[in-house]
Amino acid sequence: MFFTYIYRELRRRHRQALLTALGLAVGVGLVVAVTAYAGGVGKAQDTVLHSLYGVGTDITVTQTAKLSQGGPPSFQMNPGSQSQQGKAFSRAAIRSAPGQQSLAATKVTQIAALSGVKQAVGGLTLTSMNVSGKFAKAASSGAAPGSQSSGSSSSSSTSSSSSSSTQSAATASQAPINVSSFSISGVDVTQTGLGPLSSTQLSTGRIFTSTETTTHVAVLSQSYAKQNKYTVGSTIKISGKKYTVIGLVTSSAGSTSTSDVYIPLHLAQAISDNTGKVNEIYVKATSANDIAKVKSEIKSALPKATVTTASDLAGQVSGSLKSASQLASTLGKWLAVAALVAAFAVACLLTVSAVSRRVREFGTLKALGWKSRRVVGQVMGESVVQGVVGGILGVIIGVAGAMAIAHFSPVLKATVGQTSTAGPGGQAPPGMAAAMGQAAQTVAVHLTAPVSLQLVALAVGLALAGGVLAGAFGGWRASRLRPADALRRVD
Amino acid sequence: MLYELTGVTKRYSRGRKTVDALAGIDLTIGEGDFVAIQGSTGSGKTTLLQMLGAMDRPSTGEAMYDGRDLAKMGESDLSELRSHSYGFIFQAFNLIPTLTAQENVETALVPWHVGGDERRRRAREALDGVGLADRARHIPSEMSGGEQQRAAIARALVREPRVILADEPTGNLDERTRDEIIGLLEQLWRERGQTLIVVTHDTWVASRASRRIWLDAGKLAPEGSGRPGPVAEPETSAREADETVTERMAEEPALV
Repeated sequence: MFFTYIYRELRRRHRQALLTALGLAVGVGLVVAVTAYAGGVGKAQDTVLHSLYGVGTDITVTQTAKLSQGGPPSFQMNPGSQSQQGKAFSRAAIRSAPGQQSLAATKVTQIAALSGVKQAVGGLTLTSMNVSGKFAKAASSGAAPGSQSSGSSSSSSTSSSSSSSTQSAATASQAPINVSSFSISGVDVTQTGLGPLSSTQLSTGRIFTSTETTTHVAVLSQSYAKQNKYTVGSTIKISGKKYTVIGLVTSSAGSTSTSDVYIPLHLAQAISDNTGKVNEIYVKATSANDIAKVKSEIKSALPKATVTTASDLAGQVSGSLKSASQLASTLGKWLAVAALVAAFAVACLLTVSAVSRRVREFGTLKALGWKSRRVVGQVMGESVVQGVVGGILGVIIGVAGAMAIAHFSPVLKATVGQTSTAGPGGQAPPGMAAAMGQAAQTVAVHLTAPVSLQLVALAVGLALAGGVLAGAFGGWRASRLRPADALRRVD
Repeated sequence: MLYELTGVTKRYSRGRKTVDALAGIDLTIGEGDFVAIQGSTGSGKTTLLQMLGAMDRPSTGEAMYDGRDLAKMGESDLSELRSHSYGFIFQAFNLIPTLTAQENVETALVPWHVGGDERRRRAREALDGVGLADRARHIPSEMSGGEQQRAAIARALVREPRVILADEPTGNLDERTRDEIIGLLEQLWRERGQTLIVVTHDTWVASRASRRIWLDAGKLAPEGSGRPGPVAEPETSAREADETVTERMAEEPALV
């Protein structure tokens, strides 16, 4: 009887019932779509951070160099004796990225020992600059030094793009000089999961094993390998030594933050005169809640260091992604809430008016002995059914809306801008871009709008709540009816 | 005596105006009586029926039903009475428009919490008893006025109540159907020995009763006994007299 009565009554006023359900559906659907959109934006932000930062890295530690340090590398280009004139030359200089000071590797262990730190790994990022060409023959010893460096750089790396032509005193080579540079990251092969390689994905070959601390093996970025025609198994010359290429990696998410070459840390330290030193420390906290605490611990242990967390980075992100997230959080939320409130109000009004038109019907039932709460139960039941239908429709509308957003959304860009610790101009080591606050790194992400099971449950729950609320209003109205209302002459 | 009403009044307030729908009723009704309550519009006959049917409580006075004072009973006790001891028949049939005839009869059994099968069986039996078995699965809009009232009677009777209260049961029916319905009610009354209280303005209907009560402005007129003769019933107002004479001349009811 209970369900039969509900079904028949809703069928009788099916247009109104559908309108009520639809109102709830639109309100709920909007909540679903906006929440999915906000979720998608959040995911996009995570993608940005991970590609710039490496998955799993919570904090990075670097130290900015004082201005007196660093400086242009000297290549000793001066061919002292006549015998060298006319000969080809090739020089390489490997330096830490300008603006970065190296830290003692012991600091890594110091940080790893702090409470709240799950893992700490050191890395060393270097730039290798190569100059090659031919010494020109000098016409006379007093020839005017007109250095003719038509520095055509065969730019071989995707990140370090500057080609600087070197100037040296006195007799300069007059033949064209080739200058190229590429970035080298020294990786602690004994620790996996954290470090410069963590923002990359293996595409062919393999990465280092934990025993290859001093083995002359290298992992290359796929784009660098392609440009310079390296494959797995080929040999690359670094600082006069041959390294075997064992694997190629790509960056995780369309970012520009990979090195060209990765070699074991020990070797990187050796070739750059940085034995026992690192210039970046990657830290993983035991839990997200500990990050702030760990940051302050590190700062007190290393007062001169720059400590950057993911949230610091997030604050620097600008671009269309940031606007999208603001849109989602402010406008979107208010719109959804307003629509939901309106839907609830409509449902309540329609339910109460429906009850008002059944005064004689309910009065008769009460005259037959139906208890008030039984009559209220019928009204509530009708309302809840409308809520359920509204919830299902709302999920469909919401999912469709979310899919439309994902389909039609443009590719969003996120740019990490400058921080206050801007060093002298030069290259930022890949993967540490934000900490250095040097040239802006831009990441492009495609927006998704994920609809999780919890979101669906929330949607149905909201619609049900609307149904129950409307049922309560209607039920209150019905409970006030008296059996004598059955005898009313005028309806 | 099944009913004993003493000094029963009912006062309604509408804003600053108060209306005495019943202005002091003393009345007894015996078990098995067939009582007709007559009176013009506004005489209070519907209000009296509400009192007798435990749908409302008197403002003052005593209303004893089976030894219990209805005036002092709480709402849930009154509801209990309504669901066990009384059956109602209304002028507009008051069937639930979305339910079939059988389901409508079943609604009377819902407060009894009988199982679904038992409920359906009893409902079908009741419909049989009023000759409506073939319309069991029709909704009210598919039935004639007479059929709807039959269904309503079945609903009133399915619980085998002690008292049947009817408010203008033939008011919305044509003459021939009226005769059928009153005939049916009379027959059932004779078969089952229930107390039948009918409010009506129709003199012919009233004439079928064993007792006639007149209400005027909330007060009872002194009763005539049994079926009145052609000029025997006491007229309480000129208008009432006109009405009755007009009806009489038109219908020529069979007396005795």
